[in-house]
Amino acid sequence: MNKTITIAHGNGGQENSELIGQIFYKHFQNDILVKSEDAAVIENGKLAFTTDSFTVSPLFFNGGDIGKLAICGTCNDLAMMGAKPKYLTCSVIIEEGFSSRELEKVVRSMKKELQINGAIVVSGDTKVVPKGSVDKLFINTTGIGEIEYPNISASNLKEGMSILVNRDVGCHGATIFAAREGIDLTTTLKTDCASLYPEIKALIDANIPIIALRDATRGGVAAVLNEWAKASDICIEIEEDKIPIQDEVKGICEMLGFEAVNLANEGTFLLAVDKKDEDRALEVLRNTHQNATILGTVTNLHNQKVILNSAWGTKRFLDLPSGELLPRIC
Amino acid sequence: MPIELKNLYDDFRDGDTIKAYAKIISKDAKKLKNPINIMEVCGGHTHTIMKFGLPQLLPSNINFIHGPGCPVCIMPKERIDHAYVLAMQEDTILVTLGDMIKVPGSNGSLQQARSKGADVRFVYSPMECLKIAEENPDKKVIYFAIGFETTTPMSAVLIDQVIKKDIKNILFHINHVTVPEVMKELIDSRDIHVDSYNNKIDAFLGPSHVSVISGAKIYQDFPTIYKRPVVVSGFEPVDVMQGISMIVKQFIEDRCELEIQYKRVVTYEGNLNSQKLINRYFDKVNLFRWRGLGNVPDSGLKLKDQFLQYDAEVVYKDILPIAEIEDHKLCICGDILRGMAKPTECTIFGTACKPTSPIGSCMVSSEGACAAYYKYGNLI
Amino acid sequence: MCLSIPSKVVKISEDDTMCTVDTMGIQRDANLMMMDNGDVKIGDYVLLHIGFVMNKIDEDEALASIETYKEILELMDEEERRQKILEGDNCANRT
Repeated sequence: MNKTITIAHGNGGQENSELIGQIFYKHFQNDILVKSEDAAVIENGKLAFTTDSFTVSPLFFNGGDIGKLAICGTCNDLAMMGAKPKYLTCSVIIEEGFSSRELEKVVRSMKKELQINGAIVVSGDTKVVPKGSVDKLFINTTGIGEIEYPNISASNLKEGMSILVNRDVGCHGATIFAAREGIDLTTTLKTDCASLYPEIKALIDANIPIIALRDATRGGVAAVLNEWAKASDICIEIEEDKIPIQDEVKGICEMLGFEAVNLANEGTFLLAVDKKDEDRALEVLRNTHQNATILGTVTNLHNQKVILNSAWGTKRFLDLPSGELLPRIC
Repeated sequence: MPIELKNLYDDFRDGDTIKAYAKIISKDAKKLKNPINIMEVCGGHTHTIMKFGLPQLLPSNINFIHGPGCPVCIMPKERIDHAYVLAMQEDTILVTLGDMIKVPGSNGSLQQARSKGADVRFVYSPMECLKIAEENPDKKVIYFAIGFETTTPMSAVLIDQVIKKDIKNILFHINHVTVPEVMKELIDSRDIHVDSYNNKIDAFLGPSHVSVISGAKIYQDFPTIYKRPVVVSGFEPVDVMQGISMIVKQFIEDRCELEIQYKRVVTYEGNLNSQKLINRYFDKVNLFRWRGLGNVPDSGLKLKDQFLQYDAEVVYKDILPIAEIEDHKLCICGDILRGMAKPTECTIFGTACKPTSPIGSCMVSSEGACAAYYKYGNLI
Repeated sequence: MCLSIPSKVVKISEDDTMCTVDTMGIQRDANLMMMDNGDVKIGDYVLLHIGFVMNKIDEDEALASIETYKEILELMDEEERRQKILEGDNCANRT
């Protein structure tokens, strides 16, 4: 573990895992925590409990803002455990001088998203700190949900199972990069930030047996696949040409040297089901997004690793992203 | 039939075309008298080769030697230390391009300097320095310029603007290097201790975009004097496969020539306007140390004498460390770059030296041979 | 330093120093100062590198390359067909 914390430690990839393991898990050791699922399952499987902080910059971007993100992020983590989001807390740290009008705009976004999830904010906290102490606005939300479909776990994947994705990947990360200062792009690309509970409810209502579910946030689709491969000690093989990517995301990736599977998402999730259920699951997912796809299969080719199979018969590893995601020049 | 932008991407990445070239190469390779080792000089080519799994499509008598073609990973430690020292100055903003931030020097990388409070910014284009300088009139903006011939003209344009607009708070630390000299060094290097280093390079896959700027003419000596064929290729997988096919055909037809595969953007002469810009502001330095290779004669650039007031190495001479820092004694990057060893033969590969804690130039950037082996190794 | 991407020029500034390029629906500004004055026109395909137009893409050469690839693919298909015919051929009289 380094002497100082670097930006890479917040990347959702390798360094982030190191930070969590070597400092936090080391001291907070308990059976529930180390499961490292999207939300903690407590009270004998009845409830899901999770927290998330939001520090995105810029605060407002195509298709969303930090408020929408703050609700979606936490509610989605609950939905990923098969839970219906019910109660949230909302804690804000506001930089001195921040615009009240913008703050209200953010809160209105939060309200809209709460309604979609059918959840309410029941407790909160506000702090105002001197200029320079935070970057305009930081939000933390914590959520509790009622588990409607239990036993969803990253450790349950077995050989032969199918991996599906609910929509095209990389939109959020691409949109944020496009909006950042210094990378001056005009585009109609927008974030995929959305509440996922309705899509999960649809899968539950259609009686699709869900093995694993995870939304692909920081670290992208690559991070989720690697987490699953490690947790279940299996190999995941993905057909590279099946990965759905919008043209505009491809454009940003070309321009900056990124791979869409490493970019953050906020409304995209991966689903693992038994092979026999893959067609039915796909049909349900396609009711929301036409480009939901079956990406690949669980095998035992190289356990704990994710393999990309190209359209011309070659293979390569898709690793957990590491380092700060920087535009590549070489 | 008019061409569309999509064609310029898709048609040069088409899976069937890649497979077709793989068949052609396999057929031709049967007629080779000896196995051939092709060096792809440029990091972009290494990236394509690894990302698209091209070694898996080639017969066993065609091998790749991954070249030093990454201006980030060949940066010697002492020059990264320069960047670190400049960044830690109270009133400076160090500006550089993406990958440079992660490369470790003696005290750490620029990323680590930033976490210690230094003002380090990575930019997509050097022209962003103009805005940074305007927004921070009381700070010195130092552009740490890196890159091969591809990126040098952009630095020249920035210098041009700084001079024309009489901007007082932008300085330059120039680390531009040139490609033909290092190619020559790898196949014909002499050292005071060693009469000549061995190498196994039989042919070169010429860099795509260096050649757009300088023209293919810069490789003329390789087929004529050094008897190594050069095929200048694009960096899409079909380009690379076609380039390899052209090299193999040269061997079986007993030719040794300079050819251009990347005809849609590379010409023999290159972009003359850019060459003029480079020559207006830069001179060659006769010694520039490359990490893993030592001094490579005539391979570096510096600002011309009349522009020394913009040269950060001159302005900050008193605080910049001058000691040359030797590479780690267990690092065999020099041998790997000459094709004499594979990354897996290095005693510290994957243990002391890995992507999160790189020691030699081949591991430092994601295009280095060792980084590529580490990431894709089991499947090659 | 190789990452350069093909883009299409959609707008050129009045003083010919900047232009707007389109890459798969993403538009951005690019600097024209590495090119000769008047060399780049709207509708041209260019190579973009760190915010600069590096060179124009020669459309005729690009088309020629694409034609070559089509021919190779046709040849491959032809060979595969012939191979399949030979393998499936049980005619005793064939030499």
